[in-house]
Amino acid sequence: MSNKNALLIINNLHAKIGDKTILKGVSLEINSGSVHALMGRNGSGKSTLSYTIMGHPKYEVSQGDIKFEGNSLLNLSPDERAKLGIALSFQYPVAIPGVTVLNFLKTSLKSVLKRDIPIKELRPMLKAKMQELEIKDEFLSRYVNDGFSGGEKKKLEILHLSLLKPKLAILDETDSGLDIDALKVVANGITSLNKEGTAILLITHYQRILNYVTPQFVHIFENGEITNTGNHELAFKLEEFGYEYFAKANPLASTNSTKEVNYVS
Amino acid sequence: MSAELSTMDNLNQIGTDYKYGFSDVENYIFKSGRGLTPEIVTKISHMKNEPQWMLEFRLKALALFYKKPMPTWGNTKLLNDIDFANIFYYIKPSEKQGTNWNDVPEGIKNTFDRLGIPEAERKFLAGVTAQYESEVVYHSIREDLEKLGVIFTDMDSGLREHEDLVRKYFATIIPANDNKFAALNSSVWSGGSFVYVPPGVKVDIPLQAYFRINAENMGQFERTLIIADEGSFVHYIEGCTAPVYSSDSLHSAVVELIALPGSHIRYTTIQNWSKNVYNLVTKRAYAYENAKVEWVDGNLGSKLTMKYPAIYLMGENARGEVLSIAFAGDNQHQDAGAKMVHVASNTSSIVVSKSISKNGGRTSYRGLVKVYEDAKNVKCSVKCDALLLDDLSRSDTYPTMEINDQDVNIEHEATVSKVGEEQLFYLMSRGLTADEATAMIVNGFFEPFTKELPLEYAVELNRLIKLEMEGSVG
Repeated sequence: MSNKNALLIINNLHAKIGDKTILKGVSLEINSGSVHALMGRNGSGKSTLSYTIMGHPKYEVSQGDIKFEGNSLLNLSPDERAKLGIALSFQYPVAIPGVTVLNFLKTSLKSVLKRDIPIKELRPMLKAKMQELEIKDEFLSRYVNDGFSGGEKKKLEILHLSLLKPKLAILDETDSGLDIDALKVVANGITSLNKEGTAILLITHYQRILNYVTPQFVHIFENGEITNTGNHELAFKLEEFGYEYFAKANPLASTNSTKEVNYVS
Repeated sequence: MSAELSTMDNLNQIGTDYKYGFSDVENYIFKSGRGLTPEIVTKISHMKNEPQWMLEFRLKALALFYKKPMPTWGNTKLLNDIDFANIFYYIKPSEKQGTNWNDVPEGIKNTFDRLGIPEAERKFLAGVTAQYESEVVYHSIREDLEKLGVIFTDMDSGLREHEDLVRKYFATIIPANDNKFAALNSSVWSGGSFVYVPPGVKVDIPLQAYFRINAENMGQFERTLIIADEGSFVHYIEGCTAPVYSSDSLHSAVVELIALPGSHIRYTTIQNWSKNVYNLVTKRAYAYENAKVEWVDGNLGSKLTMKYPAIYLMGENARGEVLSIAFAGDNQHQDAGAKMVHVASNTSSIVVSKSISKNGGRTSYRGLVKVYEDAKNVKCSVKCDALLLDDLSRSDTYPTMEINDQDVNIEHEATVSKVGEEQLFYLMSRGLTADEATAMIVNGFFEPFTKELPLEYAVELNRLIKLEMEGSVG
């Protein structure tokens, strides 16, 4: 069933932290420019999946593979994955005291784009994006995530990703901790990113953000595996019936959806 | 997962890339024998044509040095390893001092070129003294400052040309009997800086002294005295390096600052000795009414540093600040700190100490806050942050408080943290290599320090840290 041209192919992925297996056979394909939502409860292993794709050293892949543009990622460090065009928006971005946002962005862009963008060129680039995300100028001289509100942290993540223009953006609970105004702004940022060609894997446990970012595919994630896949409808169904209903692969629950959607199209 | 951050490998590289470790062939006018005797002390004084009172001061100090025990605190093991009989106490590298780099012997000039001193002088300094072994071989000061009456010269010339001023202040803040190493310095001192800034004169760009040890088993004992007269300002910067040898050298300076009412002294040190140098230094300042003294103290090199810049707040509204960083790698112990002594009322002080230990290195913060009886409305804040880069390294805090008055507001805060895997992963996920990510975290940690340096030094420090993170394959 595999589409060799897919941007990301995850095949039967098992990953563990220490002795504890968290991912128990995840398979997922994402095409260039598509939008996927991965929905699951707290503790279902969603974040582990995003960390494993990005290459967090704490998670060990014990079985299966992750391929990006046809090549396995498993032997690559996180920065090498970033340079291939993968970016992760963190659920809890960490503070880097003493390092300004501007310095961080500049250094990151230099590493990923392999071009040192002069400040006078970078500033106007930033300014446009920052206006879209309703971020004040002074933000650039603050220390990375140091004393940021939840909303500010998420905005920085989206700002950063919109500069990197990755081929694949994994957004780990980017909607959590946002009020409705911030949610709209951030969702718009995600939509623009997608319009510029970035494929999106949106990890969330609420359908709320999907009102603003429309997924082509919705996957329900439970206990380390994808139990159901469907179209946007599945998210509404999930909201109606709850995760318990989908706790085990439920043929009744997903029949309609899978019929309508050619998953590997 | 086989893709590792290889954090340990990268961190192990920090501090191993010492680019100042080269040495010159010795071609000296005079080199004393090893060991310390009254004859050597007398010889030094005679060679310098000193007044009798200074010779007497030296010989008394020598007797004190013999008599005083080694400190029983700090790193006593390393202290007791010092072989005083194996050290050269006085080396005169050249016949005369240059005021033009072309007058400096070529080998020595080349060394200072490699250290970037003449270039820095051209770009952003108001004056320079360059000390090589025991003597200052080059000195300059901007003409306009000289016309305003600013004195910036080596201590020996200071004594010759401004004897009254020197005699009035010399060893008044740090007497020879203060501690064993102050006694040692007092007996064999040579070189160092003498600075006097007249009332109301603001020296707008920094004066710099650079100290270079070249010979193996060298003892360098410079003596610095800075007097800022009423309402004046001066920023003095010192840097130091030495060749890498397998046996030890000793650097033991005495630095006295006198900030007269309303004046402001900033004293910045970037200590980058090679790892075979003992750096045992006594630094103390008196800040009188409305005066401000700042020690900005960076300790990157040396085998063992023991240094606790002190500020005595002698007059009302005097302010003191110590901002220090320490970096300890393999076989290094940075035992540094600060002393704030509140003698007068309405005085305030701030201590910010940041240290990084890696690869088994050790940092200690050792501090004293003392408030005299009857010193009212005193404010003091002490903040110590230690960052450990691995499990082999160590950091300790030894704060002492002697508070003899109730009307005092003192805050003390100490943290120890590790470079987090999560920080590294976050930065790496945005394309930074493990080296780059570590350098960024370390630079950020030191940022409160680097932002206080003149831009050129901040850039250099950041570059050094970055360089030191490189050269490892993940």
